[in-house]
Amino acid sequence: MGWFTKTTEPREQAALPDLWHVCPACQAHVFKDEWEAALKVCPKCGHHDRLSARERIGLLVDPGSFREFGTEILPSDPLGFSDAKGPYAAKAAAAVKKLGTSESVVVGSGNVEGTRVVLAVMDFRFLGGSLSTGCGEKIALAIQHAIDFNRAFVMVSASGGARMHEGILSLMQMAKTCAALQRLERAGLPYVSILTDPTTGGVSASYALLGDVNLAEPGTLIGFAGRRVIETTIKQKLPDDFQTAEYQLEHGFVDAIVPRKELKARLAQLLAFRMK
Amino acid sequence: MDFDFEKPLQPLRDKIDALVAKSRRGDPTAEAALAGLRKQLAKESASLYARLTPWETVQVARHPGRPTARQYAEKMCDEFVELHGDRVCADDPAILGGLARIGKTRFLLLGHQKGTTTEERIACRFGMANPDGYRKADRLMKLAEKWGLPVVTLVDTAGAYPGLEAEARGQGEAIGRSLLVMAGLKTPILSIVTGEGGSGGALGIALGDRVLMLQFAVYSVISPEGCASILWRDGAKAPEAAAALRITAKDLLRLGVVDGIVPEPEGAAHANPDRAIALVRKAILDNLADMMANAPVGDRLVEERFRKFSAMGKFDPKKAVKA
Repeated sequence: MGWFTKTTEPREQAALPDLWHVCPACQAHVFKDEWEAALKVCPKCGHHDRLSARERIGLLVDPGSFREFGTEILPSDPLGFSDAKGPYAAKAAAAVKKLGTSESVVVGSGNVEGTRVVLAVMDFRFLGGSLSTGCGEKIALAIQHAIDFNRAFVMVSASGGARMHEGILSLMQMAKTCAALQRLERAGLPYVSILTDPTTGGVSASYALLGDVNLAEPGTLIGFAGRRVIETTIKQKLPDDFQTAEYQLEHGFVDAIVPRKELKARLAQLLAFRMK
Repeated sequence: MDFDFEKPLQPLRDKIDALVAKSRRGDPTAEAALAGLRKQLAKESASLYARLTPWETVQVARHPGRPTARQYAEKMCDEFVELHGDRVCADDPAILGGLARIGKTRFLLLGHQKGTTTEERIACRFGMANPDGYRKADRLMKLAEKWGLPVVTLVDTAGAYPGLEAEARGQGEAIGRSLLVMAGLKTPILSIVTGEGGSGGALGIALGDRVLMLQFAVYSVISPEGCASILWRDGAKAPEAAAALRITAKDLLRLGVVDGIVPEPEGAAHANPDRAIALVRKAILDNLADMMANAPVGDRLVEERFRKFSAMGKFDPKKAVKA
């Protein structure tokens, strides 16, 4: 190798740890430690970054009180689906391996300031938090658990909608989860729905907006149809705040917008009216 | 000719047209030949329709000549009293509702209305309902429960309407609420997918104790075009997506999502709407008679419906993906 080629080799860069987080909303550079201490909320503009299901659970339940169940429910490939990027089964298996959750939702029991509740928390990183047969099955299981143990049910949504790869059976999970909620209703147990970014498509058209109380984090995208689809259909530009949590509050579809750091206390406050 | 896939029938159709013209001119030999050719056409058409690809089935399911909900209401029922409005803010013409009677059977009829004239199609947004439509459906289903009438829903929509007002008035909440109402309704519900079963907009009135599909109807989580543009990044791959999504009546019967298939006349519903309406009429009468006689009542009916939908996509460890 000549001396001239050697100098063009890229310099070693791994030595510097990544200390900075760049806010996707305001582009501010903030110390990663500071940003994580603020629960991934930008200290400059208040942008709420997405959390994983486990981060969310850590935020909402008392330390050490969470007992996960339903981990035996994994994704299935009922249609033998393949698209341009290959078989769905491989994609789903990779998501399980990479994210360490058995599906796009984590379910279990935990204490919220001492009140035992059943939680179902979606993880957007798992194939866009899509509602699949496994996901629907886990949510229905959680609701049944709440009924069996006489507890409140807390749903945290984060989803782009139904999972296409499981076809019509994904759509039927909207029916399944709503039928389970109907049972919860007959049992007279509270249902608090927390909408986090994003809550759209089939999830918005099933359990997400059916809470006795619907709470949303600031700036959360909440809507049924996608912005682009609507703009193409009606051939007009949509307002900037269209389908935000603030827009939904104004239109009467959420009860309150609660900043992340106040979410647990607000949840506990609500539950105290019924479960104590 | 309605579809490209009908091209092989064209020579035969041309021959028949020529013979008809000949017979009109008074040629006595034409009459005899015509009967034979018509029989042959029927046979070839039947075998063609028996071999449709999923994408071709989508084209048939969307044919504008298929009967609309209003045509079913008017031609199939001996009485139909239309009822309007959601009691909140509007009356959505994209969902037709009213009290219906066939013979001695009385029921509440609901259906997506696609319209027949251009004017009507625009007024009801080609059968794509607004939240007001789903709220009207809820209101009428509760009326049916109160009056002790079974509910029949005719499902035929590309999907719920993607519009500004639809979102402002809570499209997602309206569909979700409709699912909750249907799940708890203490009167039997029969749902029939008569054309396009498009996603949540279709399911919004399709949570039935019994769900049937017309022979050439489709029912899908997303349109093949939408799926192709997302997963193939190319809307032109819709035929591939249509096959991969499993959306035909036969597929859904196999998957346990529908309970039965209502046959269509030869050459599909658009070729003979009156016959198609008569076949749906029979399916409604047969199924309602059975449901009213044998289905459980009250809480047990609700429990049975819960079990039916709980069984869909039940987790089977043997079918799980290997992580």
